[in-house]
Amino acid sequence: MSDPTEQLKHVLERIPYARFLGVRAELAGDEMTAVLPFSEHLVGNPTLPAIHGGVLGAFMEMTALAQLSIKEGQARQPRVIDVSIEYLRSGRPLTTYARAEIKKVGRRIANVHVEAWQDQRASPIAALRGHFLVTPVEE
Amino acid sequence: MSDHLEIMRQVAGAMNKGSPQARALGFESVSLDKATAVLKVPYDAKLVGDPDTGVIAGGVVTTLLDHCCGQAAHAALDSFKYIATLDLRIDYMRAAEPGKDVYARAHCFKVTRNVAFVRAVAYETDPDDPIAAATAAFMLDSSAGKKPGANFKPSKS
Repeated sequence: MSDPTEQLKHVLERIPYARFLGVRAELAGDEMTAVLPFSEHLVGNPTLPAIHGGVLGAFMEMTALAQLSIKEGQARQPRVIDVSIEYLRSGRPLTTYARAEIKKVGRRIANVHVEAWQDQRASPIAALRGHFLVTPVEE
Repeated sequence: MSDHLEIMRQVAGAMNKGSPQARALGFESVSLDKATAVLKVPYDAKLVGDPDTGVIAGGVVTTLLDHCCGQAAHAALDSFKYIATLDLRIDYMRAAEPGKDVYARAHCFKVTRNVAFVRAVAYETDPDDPIAAATAAFMLDSSAGKKPGANFKPSKS
């Protein structure tokens, strides 16, 4: 279980809600790309159809939490304090990707930005900025 | 009881039953009045975010708040319009209690020509002891000109 990719897979498989959404993750060094394959049950607006905004928010929250765990080695799962989600384009029936950028980690708080996209990386469909309560592993 | 509210209640019902994600989460409308909506998500083991504690995932609360805010916005409008979330800010005050259903109560406090502004709280029993609070803005007439199935087309840019 020392392989980080396997470890991350194991963490995601243990979370029932991550399984419910169908979230996967890929690692390139310490940078993670979260992957949300399209599935019918993720749709919020069936007419267009469009992925539910709440699902995109939840997916980006999960991306931020997972990236924090990978990079900072948390003693406990980080807790969300607040998030601000911006919706840029409608979520089409395609695979969605997200990547988190940790802007700062202090003794208690981490500030993380996340961007989600589909077929074009340069045209993100949603973004999230959030603060998280962290408990770093004691030295 | 105005006819309009009755129609909006039907819209809310359709938003719960017709939206696959709302159906998958088991959303149920509790009440809908002028500009105010109360929505429930029943506790379910498949929605747990922390398997060690059984606490429901923050993402479920996010979706509940988004959906409930949308219904409050619909209930504040004089006629049906398509709406889309522009932004959603959520403050998480505490973890939800394991095993309990979660409710959201949303109030649309302002509607302009293009935007509806909504506030909401999520709670188990008492709205004054919230799990989370949200502020949302919705674009009105978001699907103007978009035909059903528009999202199946390849993106332009």
